[in-house]
Amino acid sequence: MRYLIRILCLILISNLSADDIEKDLQTQFILAEPGDTIIIPEGLHNIIGTLSIDGKKNLIIRGFGMDKSILSFTDQAEGAQGISITNSSNITLQGFTVRDAKGDAIKTQYVDGIIFRAITTEWTGGPKPSNGAYGLYPVQCTNVLIEFCIANGASDAGIYVGQSKDIIVRNSKAFNNVAGIEIENSINAKVYENHSYNNTGGILVFDLPDLVQTKGDNIHIYQNLIENNNLNNFAPPGNIVGKVLPGTGVMILAANNVHIYENTIRNNKSVGTGIVSYFITEEPMTDNTYNPYTSDIHIYSNIFDRKVGLPTLDYEIGQLMAIKYGRTIPDIIYDGMQDPDISAGLCLQNNIESDFTNLDIEHNFENWYSPFISNFSEDKSNFKCISNHRISSNSY
Amino acid sequence: MQKIVRRALTTLLLIGIAFSSNPLKYAKPKLSDYGFFIGDIANQQPSENVLPYEVSAKLFSDYAIKSRFVVLPKGEQIIYQSNGEFAYPIGSTLIKSFYYPADIREPEKNIRLMETRLLINTNEGWIGYPYVWNKTQTEAFLEIAGERLDVSFINSQGNEESFNYSVPNFNQCKGCHVNQNKMKPIGTKARLLNHEYNYPDGSMNQLKKWSMLGMINNLPEISTISHTPNYNDPKDGTLEERARAWIDMNCAHCHRLGAPGETSGLFLNIEEKNKTRLGVYKPPVAAGRATGNLKYTISPGSPERSIMIQRMLSKDPGIMMPELGRKLVHKEGVELVSQWIKEMKKD
Repeated sequence: MRYLIRILCLILISNLSADDIEKDLQTQFILAEPGDTIIIPEGLHNIIGTLSIDGKKNLIIRGFGMDKSILSFTDQAEGAQGISITNSSNITLQGFTVRDAKGDAIKTQYVDGIIFRAITTEWTGGPKPSNGAYGLYPVQCTNVLIEFCIANGASDAGIYVGQSKDIIVRNSKAFNNVAGIEIENSINAKVYENHSYNNTGGILVFDLPDLVQTKGDNIHIYQNLIENNNLNNFAPPGNIVGKVLPGTGVMILAANNVHIYENTIRNNKSVGTGIVSYFITEEPMTDNTYNPYTSDIHIYSNIFDRKVGLPTLDYEIGQLMAIKYGRTIPDIIYDGMQDPDISAGLCLQNNIESDFTNLDIEHNFENWYSPFISNFSEDKSNFKCISNHRISSNSY
Repeated sequence: MQKIVRRALTTLLLIGIAFSSNPLKYAKPKLSDYGFFIGDIANQQPSENVLPYEVSAKLFSDYAIKSRFVVLPKGEQIIYQSNGEFAYPIGSTLIKSFYYPADIREPEKNIRLMETRLLINTNEGWIGYPYVWNKTQTEAFLEIAGERLDVSFINSQGNEESFNYSVPNFNQCKGCHVNQNKMKPIGTKARLLNHEYNYPDGSMNQLKKWSMLGMINNLPEISTISHTPNYNDPKDGTLEERARAWIDMNCAHCHRLGAPGETSGLFLNIEEKNKTRLGVYKPPVAAGRATGNLKYTISPGSPERSIMIQRMLSKDPGIMMPELGRKLVHKEGVELVSQWIKEMKKD
């Protein structure tokens, strides 16, 4: 019986003209049965509305490679995503490109087991505020694997994992985005062997208030190449990512239990690695379950390098750094806001070529942004790691 | 010709599917197959067991006029839930037709039926099926992948509106009707039915009618049930009540705990009391360019600086809200919600 249905499906589909590829794919997405593989044909396909998958198990959506099977949303008239996948399990997306979506390129929500493999999400007009917010966008998912992907041109984050659990992001490239890779309010993430470059910020780890999954935990960022993230911040104002300084390698915002190690972080002109509390955003906070501090942050065995030059002068902190440090900006910048309830704050060990500064905002209080009055501290001695972090030769 | 072939194949496919586990097995290929209407089905004259109803606050659907009907299996009843929602017996169907008169100021003349959506309560839960009316208005056919149709009508100002009307696909039905991963009706809640309806045999409160017909079990005293105002009627509630009714009906199917919009932390259901969760001075989370360079979802006193209004005003798919089912701006809705924000006290 199933065989017959399949044949009927095929006849139905082959009866469609090329213009109907959208309806054809959407029909297949609706009728798919567990174990099916749906093929995205070779070619540049013009899609007008969001393609959606809902309530499916064990599906593979496969193209003939990111250069060959391209879904173009240049003329998109409906829906806020290119592809939307919801309430599903074990879905694999492989070997195709989603181009110029009007909103997010591929959003997956409430999915257990989502693989993005060799997928490109891109906006072809270069970095622009009118580009969609996210490229690869799993949110409220579990068992997320992103590998061999390319994310280009997102006006928020190229690869964005939010409110999710058990995540691997590896062997992927992110460039021309505001944030290359962002892990937000997520638990158990490994981000390794990625190349994040020419973004405003390379890799971000954020915990934000007022969300359903309130807290992130256990984030490992290692063996990534994070370089030249000096793009102007083109995020539409109003977005939290708009606060990221152009020239940021790694930024940790209000996050907890984060390990940054064995990365090469170079030529990010403003902040090699920044560790800041939510206070720095100067946004109102009404969520009393939210912890605005960073805690349990481990930064070790990274190689830092930075060409001598000015940081961004578009942002207050950039100007402040320029006044204080001129053309030799410290690699690791900490706002000094230690969670009063948690003893584990920031620890630094064995970072190569790394200068450090502690803005000590709490003690400098109103003066912290007046570099002539305030006391910044370059002293690392309070930030030694208690446990000696092992230096691994490969990933674990 | 191609359409006919496609339809024939779809019918064959449905027959095949009837024996499989596919959720489409509960669908019939044509609207007339269900026997909901007597005579010319375009007149939507309900059969004996089909009862029309109306909700007090409506989802805006590009100024389409909607007719709604409910059908229960013979001898079975809805069980009233303590939260004011209804538990329907298996086999119940909710029917909603969308149509445009040539001139919106003469709503019953020169009608063009666009689509009829069925929400059927099956052994596997509620399932939504979209049926698209043919040009000759003799039949509506199941179109699981949705459809796009050019439409034009004369609006309330006497100007022509022309646009590409979109019939949702099978997945998109669920996109709005989802709650905790289960599909659910939105409109048939006690608070939305608690008002008079003009039945052929006289006007009566809908809940009372349903109760009298034996359609509903455990209905509490009607005076104890709340009433969501008709947001178009200034006499039916305060500005705040009407604005919240509009927002509840147009936003809260997604923006509530357990529904897709929850990722934003913005909860717009009528029960929500927390101001931040309602958007007041709340920065966006993942809005991207949809922020329109604004800082907060709602800036009290300043609708023009509120992201909520900016997204209600937009027709760009990457910005507009709701994300689906709207190609035009609901001017009256924008005015109502703007006025509410304008009069909101700043803290």
